[in-house]
Amino acid sequence: MFHLVLFSVFGAICVAGAVNLLVQRHPINSALSLVVVMGSLAVEFLLLGAEFVAAIQVIVYAGAVMVLFVFVIMLLNAGAEERTRGSHVAYLLGIPGVVAGTIIVCWALLTRSHAGSASIGALPGHPKEIAQLLFHQFLLPFEVTSILVLIAIMGAVVLAARTDSAQTRKED
Amino acid sequence: MVPLSYYLVLSGILFACGVTGFLIKRNIITIFMSIELMLNGVNLSFVAFAAHWQQLSGQVFVFFVMVVAAAEAAVGLAIIIAVFRTRETLNIDQVNLLKL
Repeated sequence: MFHLVLFSVFGAICVAGAVNLLVQRHPINSALSLVVVMGSLAVEFLLLGAEFVAAIQVIVYAGAVMVLFVFVIMLLNAGAEERTRGSHVAYLLGIPGVVAGTIIVCWALLTRSHAGSASIGALPGHPKEIAQLLFHQFLLPFEVTSILVLIAIMGAVVLAARTDSAQTRKED
Repeated sequence: MVPLSYYLVLSGILFACGVTGFLIKRNIITIFMSIELMLNGVNLSFVAFAAHWQQLSGQVFVFFVMVVAAAEAAVGLAIIIAVFRTRETLNIDQVNLLKL
């Protein structure tokens, strides 16, 4: 019962943050509501017993990635979004499609599944067990992601560096 | 005890919010944030299934998704800065050429 109450409260906060992200015009408000979504998702992870995942959700996602987003929004001095008429196909087909798909998936999950339930701390998600899995069974993917991160860092530096050609074109 | 399907429904709703934001938003940074929202929704279903099947590999996959998302955020925001430098706008309707 306690578990269900905690799940409902933080799930509601999560969905409210996600809807607020869509409604807000200014990117900085959207970014802050995304932080709310990520923080309450960390609580949902804790309810499932995934302590390590909850910690890196707060540190990496709500910390590092969102700081990067807020930094770029402030660097580019992004103002409120202009309402231009975008693609009509996206409005007429996309949004009803998304809503219909979500309703079908939710209906199927709630009525047709006999999946059972999860209790608080259902699985010991301690860093020790995760590390044993990560450094034995998933060692090769782990090393591949380290190369991926290295390439991403170099790519970000190259892309964001101010090149001479871009500068001269702006002066023309 | 919370049924597994409740977690999956929450994850589906978050993913749908992300898709809707991707479709209706016109600011390139907000579209990027919608992608992060979709990744978070999928992470929740990974952790829920890990708890359901008593398999820790689901949580290891969430770790990999987060690494890829962080790398993607760094590269994507660098691309946004490069686009803003040449076009002076963040509205995607005015960004219709791949050429910088």
